[in-house]
Amino acid sequence: MIWNETVECMDREQLRDLQSARLKKMAEYVYYNTPFYRKKFQEMGLEPGDIKSIDDITKLPFTNKLDLRDNYPFGLAAVPMSQIVRIHASSGTTGKPVVVLYTRKDLAMWSEAISRAFTAYGATKEDIFQVAYGYGLFTGGLGAHDGATNIGASVIPISSGNTQKQMTLMHDFGTTILCCTPSYAMFLGEAMAECEYPRNEFKLRVGVFGAEPWTEKMRKKLEESLGIKAYDIYGLSEIAGPGVGYECEHQCGTHLNEDLFYPEILDPKTGEPLPEGQLGELTFTHLTKEGMPLLRYRTHDLTALHYDKCKCGRTLVRMDRILGRCDDMLIIRGVNVFPSQIEDVILKLPEYEPHFLLTVDRVNNTDTSELKVEVKEEYFTDDMATLVGLQKKLEAELRSVIGLGFKVKLVEPKGIERSEGKAKRVIDNRKL
Amino acid sequence: MSSTIESFKSKYNNNENQTNMLAKQLSVFLENKSGRLTEVTDVLGAAGVNLSAMSIADNSDFGILRCIVSDPDKAYQVLKAAHFAVKITDVIGFTCPNVSGSLAKVLKHLSENGVFIEYMYSFANGDVATVVIRPTDLESCERILSEKKVELMKASELYEL
Repeated sequence: MIWNETVECMDREQLRDLQSARLKKMAEYVYYNTPFYRKKFQEMGLEPGDIKSIDDITKLPFTNKLDLRDNYPFGLAAVPMSQIVRIHASSGTTGKPVVVLYTRKDLAMWSEAISRAFTAYGATKEDIFQVAYGYGLFTGGLGAHDGATNIGASVIPISSGNTQKQMTLMHDFGTTILCCTPSYAMFLGEAMAECEYPRNEFKLRVGVFGAEPWTEKMRKKLEESLGIKAYDIYGLSEIAGPGVGYECEHQCGTHLNEDLFYPEILDPKTGEPLPEGQLGELTFTHLTKEGMPLLRYRTHDLTALHYDKCKCGRTLVRMDRILGRCDDMLIIRGVNVFPSQIEDVILKLPEYEPHFLLTVDRVNNTDTSELKVEVKEEYFTDDMATLVGLQKKLEAELRSVIGLGFKVKLVEPKGIERSEGKAKRVIDNRKL
Repeated sequence: MSSTIESFKSKYNNNENQTNMLAKQLSVFLENKSGRLTEVTDVLGAAGVNLSAMSIADNSDFGILRCIVSDPDKAYQVLKAAHFAVKITDVIGFTCPNVSGSLAKVLKHLSENGVFIEYMYSFANGDVATVVIRPTDLESCERILSEKKVELMKASELYEL
């Protein structure tokens, strides 16, 4: 199903015209309303009139997360605070949080974006949504809430945590759609298997998972354990929150709402645009935002874009799964390692639970890496040689896929802490 | 298939059937960190389960605790509930005189008949030594030992040591 066919299936020439018109307006808007951008334009000798079409986007300055921190809390606002109706903030683990501001129109635009996503997943006003994203400063909870309300569905605003209650309400209220992080969904899948209600008494049919990168294999696990079809929802709070992109029923990439957020793929080092289909850093420019519009915001997410028309009829650009973040990437003994690669290897081996904790340290100037994994209970055996064999098998697999030796450590079932929000999977103790 | 299992069960089922010599041993996965063994013994103690024999196999990362307890089924349940990875493994217990050469004699019967030993543990008490053995082939091991008149222990005797 398609929420807004006019835009989602728009002819690409027409879409370009729309994007060009909006970018021209946006360049002018930020020049006159955001002192930060006016200063940047002036330093670069750029005037709003120089932006004539979407192709001129490369003339515009970049925006980094650091710029948001430097202008904490409201320095990038383009409207007086009297027009701001919502303030979200990222869970900044280092230093001050990153703040984002929404006007009433921005919230409506965001709801529109999420409504497109939910409709693509087959949701209608008949559905009952259980929003198990954290409610609060994090955009996941309220974003999904507003989107589901906008399509007229019933919303259970349960937030994350309290797993027993999640199961009870899911069962008693007949939840049809679950929204949460994929790692919490894994946890809920385990809880469903252990809970008192038989599986066939649940009405759950769709899972909407996002806010962390996940893999195809994880999708299969989630679909099996929860008895659902699992969809990816992409977003980041700086741009809107969940709903920046979404999958259609063909699940051949994530459609980006590019009439609202214009995507580019850049070389992460040079900042130069890369050709279609090539892997690089995803960058967004707001085309309609009022409260705190950003130009060419560097997401640090690594992916590629594809512009050919999708089987579902949508013409909106499709993005590959996020491979990782430029800043998620670890360099261990000179090898680039993404946590998603480790997850991929573990999920391929049926003997292991899909949870891990990687600890990286530096001993005598050499990086050491210890990977804790849980052997599934049914694969535990009394035979030492078999267990050691399992350990060696994972080590060999990691070496062949990632090209790096990891020290694998088997831990007891549930020995790795489960997360209710974003999973903590890497501890880097190196002091460089 | 199911009839094979049934016949195996009827032969080896570890119920109160007094002719049965196979004992249930608990195997528990232990992470190599301090306090884990204490927790296992705590859980068993709280459930009123007595340990009659135990041994630990370990490598540098983890260990396997193998033990004979007064009530294996109950111990299995309470450990499982405490989120331990636990398995029940069949073992054979026998006694031999606590004099030099007597264990060698028993083991020779087994090796001559092609029965390998995965692991064993034992302790001597006064005139008698008690041995717990996990052979690769339980059926032939039990047969050979009884043919050779080795003093096999009933499961219930082993649990109540």
